[in-house]
Amino acid sequence: MAETSFDIVIVGGGPGGYVTAIRAAQLGMKAAVVEREHLGGICLNWGCIPTKALLRSAEVYHNIQNAEAYGLSVTGASFDLAKVVARSRAIAKQLNQGVRGLLRKNKVAIIDGHGKLAGKGKVRVEKDGKVVADLTGKHILLATGARARLLPGLEPDGKLIWTYREAMVPETMPKSLLVVGSGAIGIEFASFYQDLGAEVTVVEVLPRILPVEDEEISAFAEKTFKKRGMTIHTGATVKSLKKGSNNVTATIEKNGKATDITVDRVILAVGIVGNVENIGLEGTRVKVDRTHVVIDEWSRTGEPGVYAIGDLTGPPWLAHKAEHEGVICVEKIAGVKDVHSLNVGNIPGCTYCRPQVASVGLTEAEAKEQGLTVKVGRFPFVGNGKAIALGEPEGLVKTIFDAKTGELLGAHMIGAEVTELIQGYTLARTLETTEAELIHTVFPHPTLSEMMHESVLDAYGRVIHF
Amino acid sequence: MPIQILMPALSPTMTEGTLAKWHKKEGDTVESGDILAEIETDKATMEVEAVEEGILGKILVPDGSEGVAVNEPIALLLEDGEDSSALDDAIVSALASKTLAPAKAEATLSAPTEPQFSSAVSAGDGSRVFASPLAKRMAIQAGIDLGSIRGSGPGGRIVKHDIESAVIGGVPPEPAIAPQAAAAPILVLEPAQGAAYREQPNSGMRKAIAQRLGDAKRNIPHFYLTVDCELDGLLELRKDLNARSPEGEGAYRVSVNDFVIRAAALAIRRVPNVNVSWTDSAILLYNDIDISVAVATPGGLITPIIRKADNKGLAVISSEMKDLASRARDGKLAPEEYQGGGLTISNLGMFGVKEFSAIINPPQSVILAVGAAEPRPVVKDGALAIATVMSCTLSVDHRSVDGAMGAQYLAVFKKLIEEPLTMLL
Repeated sequence: MAETSFDIVIVGGGPGGYVTAIRAAQLGMKAAVVEREHLGGICLNWGCIPTKALLRSAEVYHNIQNAEAYGLSVTGASFDLAKVVARSRAIAKQLNQGVRGLLRKNKVAIIDGHGKLAGKGKVRVEKDGKVVADLTGKHILLATGARARLLPGLEPDGKLIWTYREAMVPETMPKSLLVVGSGAIGIEFASFYQDLGAEVTVVEVLPRILPVEDEEISAFAEKTFKKRGMTIHTGATVKSLKKGSNNVTATIEKNGKATDITVDRVILAVGIVGNVENIGLEGTRVKVDRTHVVIDEWSRTGEPGVYAIGDLTGPPWLAHKAEHEGVICVEKIAGVKDVHSLNVGNIPGCTYCRPQVASVGLTEAEAKEQGLTVKVGRFPFVGNGKAIALGEPEGLVKTIFDAKTGELLGAHMIGAEVTELIQGYTLARTLETTEAELIHTVFPHPTLSEMMHESVLDAYGRVIHF
Repeated sequence: MPIQILMPALSPTMTEGTLAKWHKKEGDTVESGDILAEIETDKATMEVEAVEEGILGKILVPDGSEGVAVNEPIALLLEDGEDSSALDDAIVSALASKTLAPAKAEATLSAPTEPQFSSAVSAGDGSRVFASPLAKRMAIQAGIDLGSIRGSGPGGRIVKHDIESAVIGGVPPEPAIAPQAAAAPILVLEPAQGAAYREQPNSGMRKAIAQRLGDAKRNIPHFYLTVDCELDGLLELRKDLNARSPEGEGAYRVSVNDFVIRAAALAIRRVPNVNVSWTDSAILLYNDIDISVAVATPGGLITPIIRKADNKGLAVISSEMKDLASRARDGKLAPEEYQGGGLTISNLGMFGVKEFSAIINPPQSVILAVGAAEPRPVVKDGALAIATVMSCTLSVDHRSVDGAMGAQYLAVFKKLIEEPLTMLL
């Protein structure tokens, strides 16, 4: 029998779980990861990574179709959906193997099966209904993640009505598609299918798409998507989905008026719920609030020795949040000095639609709600030489400063490659720079990053190129 | 042409200040980095460092001048090779520019501010202090000497949070270093004629208590609400709970004060509008329910915090409180463990105090003063009976919390204490 006694047993091998395991091992702890399906979790296998692969295919295809604009001629451009999907799956597979290698290198035990709490300091692992291992851990960390939220009456069937999972491996290209929900997941799929030629309709219950973003960014995104031919209904709900033989008729209600549309496929992306079931929480002091485990700033649950991180513990549902929570948690357990709890305001969020969206910190409305007096800077892509040269003149970089202290309260960007740029502002927030340091920073020319400088200058009435 | 030395802005909002004292005389040689003068605002005293070298040719604004506008020329510096004859024209032009000063102030704000940043980053003893740019600026704006603050950031770096805590809620953790001139002395009392005494120098903690509670009592319009809570049910439950404590690991011994902490926290859930801070522009309503508990230490009073106390059970509160109190007495609390909090509990019951009124612990709006639990005659169903009664007095900041709100809070608190089983809900 393999080793069953550990310093820490981590239930769930997603980005939160496996990164935590590696950090725990670095700190000299004997660590185990229990994973029921894929190392790397949803993120790596059915989320972040494979969707980026799909979106890249869509982007390249879009660029080929626009080759003329760059002085290139391409004729007969087309795509093979099966190969696009196969590329995405291959990339997920490759990285999944990579995680396995990393865990082995760090001497983390990998236990294949479904883990659940089974008494103080115990985790039972089951596979195909049979107990395969009983583990003991001085500390147990739950990182079981989350799954798509389902609304009554709008149940996915995996054929005509999809969740993210089926949407990632289409067998045929739907001619028309309804996306329910306009958060990051919904909008990325809407953008992908739109680029590959589907007629896409998005329905959002809130008054604007990408509702967690700054209002100006939401409005900019909506305008851009509509210009591309997307149909967007905000402040609207899908009342019912009626399945035909190879299509679905959806009843959409807006302002009390119902309209029916018929589409080939539907994608449901109306939020996610924590995987709190069947992990042995019953009879423990772990508290669950609306499908999420309640934790304190060090990821402790109500049950001594049991911790929880990542999607399981609530928003923002982001891989990088899970990783940081996990690292902080084990560092605290190991007694590392100078551990700081996670500042949620410094977690950037990225959406990889076309144009991309990225943000960190407060929106303008949130800053004002807090009673802060703000200085707002804006810089449009059209004022940036590199953006023009790339053929990407549409976008905006918005920065929000505390007028009194010069603190960078938030940054919001939409346009090409902004997901790669946002960390500049994230670093600024983490280091607590003021506008002065940002203004003194030399940004290389010609780059898109110059817009980040200009936006700050604009907030202080010093913008140069606009 | 002599160089004009301008009145610096100590903060972006400063428009004028007092030139407290010149450190150099006319004719003195000045090297870059020398302290030229001290400037005072209502918030702070700062030293002006020389940026250029030369000879101090003419002081235009003498010691003790009040209301000196930012960017007004305050002195003229003769450059190498210049003699005093060069001063005459310069004085004329300096005085001429005086009228322009207010207009110029806005435009050149950042330039004169900067030398001040460097003086703010060294502690009183001249050693380097690590602080984030935002923390440095906030410290200048608040008139806080960074040397008096211990940083909670990576490697002890002073970050925004530390300044906020120092401004609104903190006792400086390092008693050795007092804020240089953060606040002018408020009261100076001469000892009585001929009385013999010995001096016990004020520790930083003592000074902080004096200043913060002095400010609180002077500035906060306190009002006081008292209720009597019958405690017999709670004492019974406590006895029962403690009897069920396991031996060894996980053992607990819940005190009456632990119940008070939990009841105070749960009552905030029901009446969240007492968990607030008054500021001139807005009332800040806290998301978390953090309860400060006054602990007497040899150095003075400190208020460690049970964070999110409403989410914590009695055993957790009890063990956290024991840990915090013992480390408080050893002076080993980290700043984040006592800075912040939304409501303070001060319990003097163990000394037999029947009831008292506490001074609000700013920036909080309420403090609960808990007296002794003692058998008292009470009237029950028209007949005299004996009950264990504990009097609790809530001191309330009337700027942020009105009487009815305070009373409502206290009523919920009393009900929780008197029906302790409802604390399980």
